[in-house]
Amino acid sequence: MTAGALPRTIREAGELLRRRETSSVELTRTALGRAHADRHNAWLRLCDERALAQARAADERLKAGDAPPLCGIPWACKDIVGTRDVETTAASRILAGYVPPYSATVVERLDLPGAVMLGKTNLDEFAMGSSNENSAFGPVKNPHDPTRVPGGSSGGSAVAVAAGEAIFALGTDTGGSIRQPAALCGVVGMKPTYGRVSRYGVVAFASSLDQVGPLSNSVEDAALVCEALFGVDPNDATTMPLPAEDLRHDLDKGVRGLKLGVPKEFFIEGMEPGVERAVRQALRELERQGAELVDVSLSMTDHGLAVYYLIQPAEASANLARYDGVRYGLRVEGPDLLQTYRRTRGQGFGAEVKRRMILGTYALSSGYYDAYYVKAQKVRTLIKAEFDRVFQTVDALVTPTSPTVAFPIGAKVNDPLSMYLNDIFTLPVNIAGLPGISVPCGTSDGLPVGLQVIAGSYQERTMFRVAAAYERAAAAMPRSAAA
Amino acid sequence: MSTLDRSVVEHAAHLARIALTEEEIERFTGQLSVVLGAVDRLKDVDTSDVSPTASVLPLDNVLRDDEIRPGLELEQAFRNVPPGGRDGDLFRTQSTLESR
Repeated sequence: MTAGALPRTIREAGELLRRRETSSVELTRTALGRAHADRHNAWLRLCDERALAQARAADERLKAGDAPPLCGIPWACKDIVGTRDVETTAASRILAGYVPPYSATVVERLDLPGAVMLGKTNLDEFAMGSSNENSAFGPVKNPHDPTRVPGGSSGGSAVAVAAGEAIFALGTDTGGSIRQPAALCGVVGMKPTYGRVSRYGVVAFASSLDQVGPLSNSVEDAALVCEALFGVDPNDATTMPLPAEDLRHDLDKGVRGLKLGVPKEFFIEGMEPGVERAVRQALRELERQGAELVDVSLSMTDHGLAVYYLIQPAEASANLARYDGVRYGLRVEGPDLLQTYRRTRGQGFGAEVKRRMILGTYALSSGYYDAYYVKAQKVRTLIKAEFDRVFQTVDALVTPTSPTVAFPIGAKVNDPLSMYLNDIFTLPVNIAGLPGISVPCGTSDGLPVGLQVIAGSYQERTMFRVAAAYERAAAAMPRSAAA
Repeated sequence: MSTLDRSVVEHAAHLARIALTEEEIERFTGQLSVVLGAVDRLKDVDTSDVSPTASVLPLDNVLRDDEIRPGLELEQAFRNVPPGGRDGDLFRTQSTLESR
């Protein structure tokens, strides 16, 4: 381990910890040092004392032997995930100063094995965005090129992992918010099947789509973190009561004998040629490893964006009704209660949040509810059915994660529709509730490209298996070929 | 297709309880018209025999035993109250009824 650098993966860090070549306190100091020196605006706050206390406790457990794999590993938490006694803002002015009285279930599930939370990472306000430019606390910059966006909304989490400031991170993914920034920053990002992970204590955005998941530097790490996160939570009625699974079981199995679907609708006009080149090469590599590539059609893909931009703002407009300045958060007093609500929300929310509140309220309003909201829910049924059909013939789907690489900061801020198109390949996965992962897949013009692997509901093992096979193959390729 | 006019934005903003500036109303009207234009294509999809999906989860009613569980302590619940928003053990807000 280079002085001043963090191990890249949980496995590397775990080996160093178990050989007593480092301690959790040392790893945590290194991570905090790097995070304090971060120049990408990835962090909203760092919790040095809390982290070091967790690290000291982890070192005790490691000394006693038989500590779980996440024990002593420093991680970064997206600031939409509630953390007891640590300010949680969702990168919104309306929640500035808010200190949760309890932690989200996912935080407790990482506290339990002794993982060390370093602090809270920047994001698009309320996770609404694909570039991390919508944060009330300033944009995040891409470590591969600081004039470019890191993607969003989990931009700070992706950057913390990419820049070696944390070994893994948590993000949330409603339409691509883990996978797209992972792709744009060159890390692994994974969204679990809807129902796998508790959202209790996570600031709600669009409740039929939101999931929490990991960002990491390896597929194995993502699986390891998922093992800690998955499982029913009595505090979240949308978690599935399924038995615990060894999600790393098939990581080394390779893709020989698997049928991988390549949906033609995911290779569209307007996609950057460098992205298509990198993804096509990855497909050839998977074929060389013994997978059978199958051309499939997901003809409803084209309607994903429309469905998503009705259902998501509609659900968000209901969820965000709670920010009224009465019990917590910003309050801008007016002459009467209505004016207090209007002023509080007018000043507390940023432009993108207001746009989505208006769109969502409109789609739910009298006279438009059937034409927009119910129509979108019906087309959602068709999108889900089409995925279900395709998964009767293939084991997984392999697609690009995003049609472009990281774009310049400011390039799309005044054009919401073109910003929304960033998520065109990721949001159908949320609409259908499926698991999806983005793995680094070479570069285009020196910027990272992501390969997305999608599996059927609760088939994370297969998804990880394909992703790990590609990751190994890419690591074995000469650099020029991977690029 | 529906282009949005500013009265629609003003009405939705009122329903959403969000005060907008003149400039925001203008800007959002233009931007949301473009988004609605894209969304309008859903009208072309035949959904006559399709039921809506509210959730992809194969769960119906999730029940638990009706047991008393600890909740937030009062002080925890008041921890984030805006200035002037607490009155003893109650949240204080403005009157919703006019006094006559």
